[in-house]
Amino acid sequence: MNLTLYVWKQKSKDQPGELVQYDARNVSPDMSFLEMLDVVNEGLIRENNEPIAFDHDCREGICGTCSQVINGIPHGPQERTTVCQLHMRNFKDGDTIYIEPWRAKAFPVIKDLIVDRSAFESIIQSGGYVSVHTGGVPDANAIPIPKEDADISMDAAECIGCGACVAACPNGSAMLFTAAKITNLAMLPQGKVEAKKRVCMMTEEMLNQGFGNCSNHYECQAACPKGIKVSFIAKLNREFTKAVNIFSEPGE
Amino acid sequence: MQSFINSSVGRKMLVAVTGQFMILFIFVHVLGNSTVFFGGLNAYAAKLHSLPLLVWITRIIMSTVITVHVFFSIQLTLENWKSNPGSYAVSKYQRSTFASRNMIWTGALIGTFLLFHLLHFTFQVINPSFAASANMDALGRPDVTFMVISSFQHFISSIIYIAAMIALALHLFHGIQSSFQTLGINNERSMPFITKSGSVASVILFLGYIAIPVIILLGLLKGQ
Ligand code: HEM
Ligand code: FES
Repeated sequence: MNLTLYVWKQKSKDQPGELVQYDARNVSPDMSFLEMLDVVNEGLIRENNEPIAFDHDCREGICGTCSQVINGIPHGPQERTTVCQLHMRNFKDGDTIYIEPWRAKAFPVIKDLIVDRSAFESIIQSGGYVSVHTGGVPDANAIPIPKEDADISMDAAECIGCGACVAACPNGSAMLFTAAKITNLAMLPQGKVEAKKRVCMMTEEMLNQGFGNCSNHYECQAACPKGIKVSFIAKLNREFTKAVNIFSEPGE
Repeated sequence: MQSFINSSVGRKMLVAVTGQFMILFIFVHVLGNSTVFFGGLNAYAAKLHSLPLLVWITRIIMSTVITVHVFFSIQLTLENWKSNPGSYAVSKYQRSTFASRNMIWTGALIGTFLLFHLLHFTFQVINPSFAASANMDALGRPDVTFMVISSFQHFISSIIYIAAMIALALHLFHGIQSSFQTLGINNERSMPFITKSGSVASVILFLGYIAIPVIILLGLLKGQ
């Protein structure tokens, strides 16, 4: 099939970008979206044009590196699917496809479709960990954890940190990401120790990094390729309530 | 470390709690208003004003609640606008609603209406000739019924009230379920029920409030 692409081209962080039209010819429906872009890029390179810069790594839907807004939806039209796992059979011959980078103040564009997501790393560094003494490997089942709690924690752990939630959010908020990380740890005994401090530090860092506040549009859940749910945001809010005594310093 | 009123979640919770306070108030208010249908509005108003302590405590609480709600909701919204350059060439909303994306505008309409409403029926300076404070009923009570009916017989007054109630209904359509999520007093099982009840409550409030101007405009409720 043949497609018309409008792709965001931007030389660097400080330069203005624009949508540029490309033709994708002879695209097989079995190609992934990124393979389609590879073919377009090979054509561009052959004619000594600059290829489209985009992020990718595992190409099997687990690393969270690929990041494109396709026709207005982060990761494209198929639910719970990353761009690398999106196949061209979801499109029709003659379709026009708009491809844009994640847009949020906290995620500046580096080049074309590539954005700088280190703001997520800063949120993790501010509290998304448990402090443990290293040493011997603990015995399996030394700490009993109820099955329900383990399940919730593992569901939250599915977050691959791709940033689609931020890209989809009308407020450019990182609440779904932050909530997934907080729930992941707060459900487990090892994570409960630092839970109060963590929720305060991580939500504060979220604001410091320039992300917005959540106002419950729920666009994030719809965009998430891993099905992370907004119920984790409610969990974050409960963790915050537990952490904050409004008459004293929070998180102490 | 930041304090509660600088935090993202803390400020949202203040907006949510004050929002819920206002919902409580408007439920009581709509019940009070409906006494007009049974000819009891003057008696209701007289009873309320014989309890100045209750009236003044409510006024102080409501002014505080509204100030906190408006201050933090505007502050949060301005931050959210700054965080989103909002420049997708194509954007497709999947879960958000017209109501959720326009909270600041429906809020601004409600706020403006609130000022009008206070000037109209509390300070009674919009139509001074209808003022309850200037017209007594047969029992010597301020004639609130006369004021309300005369006002709503004017098409413009009624339309202002009905339009404001559309804004209120939209605000609450998103706001009620949102406040439960913000305060974390929900879970996956209760959330569909909370969302549905929130929508039903906003429709009930809407119908309850517009009933008065609509019925008066239709000529079904007349003064003496
Ligand atoms: C007076 C003018 C008002 C303004 C300017 C205003 C503004 C706002 C804004 C901007 C939000 C969204 C906050 C956010 O996105 O985080 C909001 C939420 C809300 N408002 Fe209002 N509002 C007003 C009046 C009211 C009234 C009269 C009620 C109730 C009767 C109300 C109930 C709510 C509720 C329940 C929420 C949801 C809180 C949440 O999202 O957790 N508001 N308001
Ligand atoms: S490239 Fe790793 S998730 Fe898409």
